[in-house]
Amino acid sequence: MRCRKCGERAVINMRHHKLALCGEHYVEWFAAQTERAIEKYAMFSREERVLVAVSGGKDSLALWDVLLRLGYQADGLYIALGINAPIPYSDVSLEKAQKFVANGNWRVTKEDALPAPRPTLHVVDIAATYGKTIPEIARAKMRGQGRPCAACGLTKRYVMNRLALEQGYAVLATGHNLDDEIAVLFQNTLHWQMGYLARQAPVLPASREGLVKKVKPLCRFYERETATYALVRGIDYIYDECPHATGNLTNFYKTLLNQLETESPGAKLSFYLEFLRARDEGAFEAFNRTEELHACEVCGQPTSAPGRCAFCRMWDVSR
Amino acid sequence: MRITYRDKQYETKPNITARDAIKKIGLNPEAVLVVVNGKLVTDDVVLREGDEVKLVAVVSGG
Ligand code: SF4
Ligand SMILES: [Zn+2]
Ligand SMILES: [Zn+2]
Repeated sequence: MRCRKCGERAVINMRHHKLALCGEHYVEWFAAQTERAIEKYAMFSREERVLVAVSGGKDSLALWDVLLRLGYQADGLYIALGINAPIPYSDVSLEKAQKFVANGNWRVTKEDALPAPRPTLHVVDIAATYGKTIPEIARAKMRGQGRPCAACGLTKRYVMNRLALEQGYAVLATGHNLDDEIAVLFQNTLHWQMGYLARQAPVLPASREGLVKKVKPLCRFYERETATYALVRGIDYIYDECPHATGNLTNFYKTLLNQLETESPGAKLSFYLEFLRARDEGAFEAFNRTEELHACEVCGQPTSAPGRCAFCRMWDVSR
Repeated sequence: MRITYRDKQYETKPNITARDAIKKIGLNPEAVLVVVNGKLVTDDVVLREGDEVKLVAVVSGG
């Protein structure tokens, strides 16, 4: 397979776009597509400060890299979850995030552009800040039942939102790719979760005070495309998944949808884009209720029920 | 010919495309990238005896 632009050997063949590209032209294409998504969905401008949620994995580091190369003011936030058994997942992923900043590869902007200023990596250590690691709080609160993912997700969302607001960032950007999005879409469709469907979008506006705007600039890339970008750019990312992710439902749906894609190239892309079109046309509008929010009596962040928010209740934070 | 995937080794016969080899060892071509002799390639590449073939899972990170 040859690159459509220059005839060199291709590193990727995207059947759904009928497009094969070499490494150099792929990196160019990826950046241009990212820029288009940022503009199309009015995510942020070059004047605004962006906080990238960095996990040390391929998607978040690819996102940070491409934003810096495009000249956006992007800093990173790494949340140390304390998940280090049976593999040192958290320690290794933090190392990858730190290495990304230190090695300065992101400096390579366009030949004529000035090198980007050094980005900041904020690190929030959950155990140091709140007294327990994620597995510890999950054991304490859920009596050791099931995965720590509920406690983990709640904590990450809270910490990301809070840090973004405290540090004055205009948006929080996450590395969700199209496969992540359609796995959730598939699950919500299976159960016809209309409220969830109404709220699934490339941009979640800062609908009220206390909630930062959230964006997903990579949401139209297949997972293999973000992985290819990371490999071609020489990004050293954590290859292992979180040990609690193995065998989860999301990965099962991803496998199913990849089987569909193999039989019918482009099926994943149209599943997502047609959903967004239906959503834009108002198909889920009636289910997009804006519930009344209250300020948490401890931390002040928005919460659906009066009193302490879910985060403060779980972590037993009181005044 | 030897193929490495997630610390495991698989044997296939040479002179088949990477795509066929991936299917033969029970993986989905959508879910892996192919690295031959250290270079990322498309899966229509024909694998030869002596090639060092590594499959990279695209699902990773959280
Ligand atoms: S798999 Fe679960 S525990 Fe691991 S990072 Fe994701 S949400 Fe947290
Ligand atoms: Zn080319
Ligand atoms: Zn609170």
